[in-house]
Amino acid sequence: MNPRTAVCCASIVGAGLLLAGCSHPTPAGTVVAAPTRSTSGTHVAAATGHPPPGVNQNKALVFTPPPESAIPDDAFGAMVRKGEAIFTHTRINAGGFVGNDLNCSNCHLDAGRRANSAPLWGAYVRYPMYRAKNHQVNSFAERLQGCFRFSMNGKAPPADGEIIKALTTYAFWLSHGAPTGVTLAGAGFPKHGFVPPEPPSYARGQQVFEHTCALCHGAEGQGQRVAGTLVFPPLWGPESFNWGAGMGNLDNAAAFIKANMPFSRGGILSDQAAWDVAYFMDAHERPQDPRFTGSVAATRKTFHDTKMSLYGTVVNGHLLGSAPAGKTGVH
Amino acid sequence: MNTALHTLRTIMHPATRHATLAMMLLALPTAAAFATDAATIAQHGNGRGAPACASCHGAEGGGQAAAGFPRLAGLNAAYLRKQLDDFANGTRANPVMQPIAAALNESERKTMAEYYHRMPVPAALSKPVTRMPADHSLGARLALRGLWGKQVPACVACHGPHGIGVGAHFPPLAGQPAAYIAAQLNDWKQGTRHNDPLALMQHVSSALDEQDIHAVAAWFAAQPLAAKGTTP
Repeated sequence: MNPRTAVCCASIVGAGLLLAGCSHPTPAGTVVAAPTRSTSGTHVAAATGHPPPGVNQNKALVFTPPPESAIPDDAFGAMVRKGEAIFTHTRINAGGFVGNDLNCSNCHLDAGRRANSAPLWGAYVRYPMYRAKNHQVNSFAERLQGCFRFSMNGKAPPADGEIIKALTTYAFWLSHGAPTGVTLAGAGFPKHGFVPPEPPSYARGQQVFEHTCALCHGAEGQGQRVAGTLVFPPLWGPESFNWGAGMGNLDNAAAFIKANMPFSRGGILSDQAAWDVAYFMDAHERPQDPRFTGSVAATRKTFHDTKMSLYGTVVNGHLLGSAPAGKTGVH
Repeated sequence: MNTALHTLRTIMHPATRHATLAMMLLALPTAAAFATDAATIAQHGNGRGAPACASCHGAEGGGQAAAGFPRLAGLNAAYLRKQLDDFANGTRANPVMQPIAAALNESERKTMAEYYHRMPVPAALSKPVTRMPADHSLGARLALRGLWGKQVPACVACHGPHGIGVGAHFPPLAGQPAAYIAAQLNDWKQGTRHNDPLALMQHVSSALDEQDIHAVAAWFAAQPLAAKGTTP
C-alpha cells in the first residue's frame, strides 16, 4: 500500500461503498439537522444513514454534525475525545508522526466540523475511495495516513494503531446520521467551477498577503507562536506542509482561502485575490516531497504533472523544489 | 558613569569595548531621558494636560478590575503605541483616553508604550480575582471553541492559549477586567470602536449577544497570568 494522499478531498466522484450495518454504540440525539433535499424533488431520509435508491449523488445534501456536548460519557466517547484531541493538538498527541508545527485543525476548521474546510464528516462518508493520487482504492485509514505523511510532513501512523483508530472514531462520530457514498454540501473545498478570472500573479498575491495575511501568519509566512504554542500556522518553510500535500495545489489553496480566509472573514477576498495569494503561498519553498525520486524534473513528471502544482517550475528565477526547506519528515 | 566605564574596561575585549562604548555613549542620553520621562509621566503626568497614567492603570500598570481600567504592564509595545496614536488622532474613540493621548506628543506616546511593555506583570495579578467559570460554561465554549454557526472562531485561536496575547495585533485578554473586555466587545459591536485590522473584531462582536459578551468577558477575566515577566 502506498497512501499518497493530501490535506484536501479531491473532487473525485464518489466511488464510495456503503459502510452499511455499522453496529457501533450510538451517541444519543446526535442528529441535529437532517439533510435536506437539494435541487430536485428527491427526499432523503438521511437519518437512517442510507440514501434511498436512485438518489442522485451529485445533489449536495446539507448535513450538520452532532454537537460536542453529545459525545457520550463512555468508552466510545472517550475514543471520540481522544481523536478530537489528536485532531486539534496533533503534535502533542501524535508527536512521533508529525514533522512540522501544524495541527489538523489548522486547515480543517472548527475541529473538523466546518463546511468548506474539508470537514471530517464530508470525507468519512466517501471512503473507501479510488484516488488518482496513488491509483488505488484507499481506506479511510490510508487517507488519514496520507495526511500525516504530506500535510504534517511526518510519517504514517500504523493503520491498526491507536492514533488512526481515535481519528477514525472521531470522524465516524461527527458523521453520525449522514448518508454514505455521497458528496455532502460543504465537503472538501469549494473548488467546483472556481477559476481565476486572470492567471494568478505572484506580485498581486504578495500585495494581498501583506495586506490581509501577514498580520497573523507573519511577514515571512512563518506563523506565530506564543508560550511554545502554535497560534497561527506557518504557510511555507520548514514547519509547514511538504511539497506532496494537497494544499500545495493552487485550486485547493485558492478554494480554501476564498471560503475561509482571513480567519473569521471567509468570503471577503475576490476570486482573483484568493487565486493570487494562493499562488504566492505555493510559490515558496517547503519541505521536500517524500516521494522525491532524486530529480525535481522527474518528481514533477511523476507526481506533479498538473498546472495546479508549481513544484518543479521556475518562479522568480527559482526552481521550486530544488532547495526544499529544512528537515524532511520525522526520524 | 565612570564606574560603569571602568567595569566595561575590565570585562571586555578592547576591540569590542570600543564599539560597545560608542553605542553606549550614543544611547545613554536617550535611555536616561526615556527612563526619567516615562516614569515621571506614569506617576505624575507630563505637565501639559496628560495626568498620571498610574491614577487609573495602577502604580504597577496592573489596571483596576472594579473600574474596568485595563492592565498595561507587559502588553506588546506596537499594540500600545497604536492604541495611543489612535486615541490621539480620534481613530479610537474614548472620552477619557482621547484628550490624554492627545496631550502626549508622538515621542511620549512611543516612550510610554515601551515603558509599559517592559513593565513586568504585577505579582498580584497572578491569581485571578474572579472565579473561573465552569468548563462547559458559555464563556468557556466561546473562548475555546467559538460560535462557528455565526462564523465566530474560538477567541484563543487568535489571542493565544488562555488569551495571553499574540504579537502586535491580538492583545492579551487573560486577567483583563471583565468590565473592560465587555465594554470593548460592545464598542466593536456598535461600531464605536473600529480600529481593528480587517474589521476582525467588529465582525466577530456583531455576532455576539449580551449574554455571550458577559460570559466570555468573565471567562477571560478569570484566566491566570504568568506572575513573572511580560506577556508577548
